[in-house]
Amino acid sequence: MSVRISEGTPNAGTPATGAARTPRMADHLNAALHTLLESDPRVFVLGEDIRDPYGGAFKITKGLSSRFADRVLSTPLSEGTLVGAGAGLALAGEKAIVEIMFSDFVTLAFDQIVNFAAKSTTMYGRPVPVPLIVRCPTGGRRGYGPTHSQSLQKHFVGVPGLSLHELSPFHHAGELLTHLLSLGEPCVLFEDKVLYTERIFRDGVVDDLFRFDLVGGPSGWARVGVPGETRYDCTLIAPGGLTRRALAAMRALLIEDDLLCRLLVPARLYPLDLAPILGDVTGHVCVVEDGTAGGTWGAEVAQALYPRLWSRLTRPIGLVSAADSVIPTAAHLESAVLVGEDTIRLAVREALS
Amino acid sequence: MTSTILDRDTVPLSPPSGEDLDRLLLIRHFELTLLRLFGEGRLNGTTHTCLGQEYVPVALRPLLDDDDYVFSNHRGHGHFLARHDEPHGLLAEIMGREGALCAGVGGSQHIYHRRFLSTGVQGESMPVAAGVALSLKRAGDGGLACVHIGDGTWGEGAVYEALNLAALWRLPLLVVVEHNGIAQSTPTTAQMSGTIAARAAAFGAAHHRTDSIDLNLIRLELAEPVRRVREEGRPTVIEFVTRRVGPHSKGDDTRSAEELTRVRAADWYVRYAAAFPEVFAAADEAQRLRMARITDEVAARPPSVWRAAP
Repeated sequence: MSVRISEGTPNAGTPATGAARTPRMADHLNAALHTLLESDPRVFVLGEDIRDPYGGAFKITKGLSSRFADRVLSTPLSEGTLVGAGAGLALAGEKAIVEIMFSDFVTLAFDQIVNFAAKSTTMYGRPVPVPLIVRCPTGGRRGYGPTHSQSLQKHFVGVPGLSLHELSPFHHAGELLTHLLSLGEPCVLFEDKVLYTERIFRDGVVDDLFRFDLVGGPSGWARVGVPGETRYDCTLIAPGGLTRRALAAMRALLIEDDLLCRLLVPARLYPLDLAPILGDVTGHVCVVEDGTAGGTWGAEVAQALYPRLWSRLTRPIGLVSAADSVIPTAAHLESAVLVGEDTIRLAVREALS
Repeated sequence: MTSTILDRDTVPLSPPSGEDLDRLLLIRHFELTLLRLFGEGRLNGTTHTCLGQEYVPVALRPLLDDDDYVFSNHRGHGHFLARHDEPHGLLAEIMGREGALCAGVGGSQHIYHRRFLSTGVQGESMPVAAGVALSLKRAGDGGLACVHIGDGTWGEGAVYEALNLAALWRLPLLVVVEHNGIAQSTPTTAQMSGTIAARAAAFGAAHHRTDSIDLNLIRLELAEPVRRVREEGRPTVIEFVTRRVGPHSKGDDTRSAEELTRVRAADWYVRYAAAFPEVFAAADEAQRLRMARITDEVAARPPSVWRAAP
């Protein structure tokens, strides 16, 4: 191992001393929505309790209705209808961003997403543009319990005409939103609720140890690693919501276990475009996600990687997910079923021991 | 906000225009042709014919503008043909032949052509139509979104959510309910508690019920409600008391012989034929022949090609 660690390094994901403080994700995403509404008069934002002064349950839409009163609309508690209305706006030539207050409730809009919005792009025999983003505040670690903490990405994998994306602290939210609306097909955008409170990364800097770059365009991959290193003991692949936990695990693995890891974070979870990062996958491969075990996104990633990496793999691709369990409310019970930095660290250490 | 007219099954019909009669009969012969083609094993999958209900979209025809959107359902051939005189394209779609409206991908119940769109899930189009109506309202050109649903569709929560939203936001949404008294095989009395009128009233939406089959009379009744949808953004539920003369799909009618006799006696086809025998017979024969020609021509076409296949 060539990396030397100095004493008293900051915690994972904390920018190196002297770097300007970057915005928190909630503010970054909010600013992106302001810019989008300002620059494109066809963009609508619909959701529950999104108007001022409340500005959304997670304040992502704050200030929007004060500036764009006729295009930022609070809806009744009707997830199916607010997604369907978004699809209708899109069909009529507008662009719609709809917010599901907690991603758990997106199950109520499954028909509109799967049977209408996604199918409409192809089932009429010609391409029908449906520029629609379904924003889904996602994930646990906030003590909201079984129906307000889930990560439901896997339930939308493999739906023709539907792509899945996730916010990350590396990808620019505004560029991502603009890109998604340009696709002409409905997109589900998962947004980790804890990530909202964390600062984004800029200028390739993660912290004192790690750096990142972006490949594959606005919905491509963030590659996080140690400057100068090309051979890693382990490659972690994880959606953006897991970034801080993955970084913390990578730091501990490096400092305490002498294992060098890199992290690859796709903005687009499905369909998966592996081409930009295939050359970066070295060592043991471990896919990490917040969804529950069974029929996972990680299994989808692994089955796509196996034929491409078969000759290079030295052991089976590792899959780390939440337990096959509801998500309990009490903090000690919740942390026992969710993926934490220790879960990742342990999985990597065990595979490589 | 509710108005009702009396049953007019016995009231003399006003003379239909030649154009109306042709359109009614085209749809009738289109549907009969489909059932025959199925019987001959020449159609794939399934279909739902609108036999007995053809007059509903034909009555609405002059009340809708070119720029209005029409959302249809599983029983949508009449809705389409009343809107667009393109039976070749529709039949080609159902038969999977060249010239199909949607390359043969959508088939009978998934059609998108100009501003006509149908889907196969009950109630699903109501929220979508509300979104379209929001865009139309913002454009301010007086356009509306018309959604065809059935009495059975009121079992779906999407209908209520969308009606609430449309009334709340004063959207130009016209909900046309074809209340034919039966949802697939289940009588309305066994699947709906309360009334459609009371449902509309609960959301502050206007409601108008008609059991007429007289095209001219229906248009007189509906002109004002439709104008108010357009100009005042007043969501309105139009309830047609109608009858499904044919099966839900193909040969799956479980109604009694007595009931079918009663339903068929009230069929617009029987009543218009009796009221205007000579003009009706001539138009009937002309449309029967037209449909036969269309069928031969479309059936001879090569299979459709899905050029935009992903």
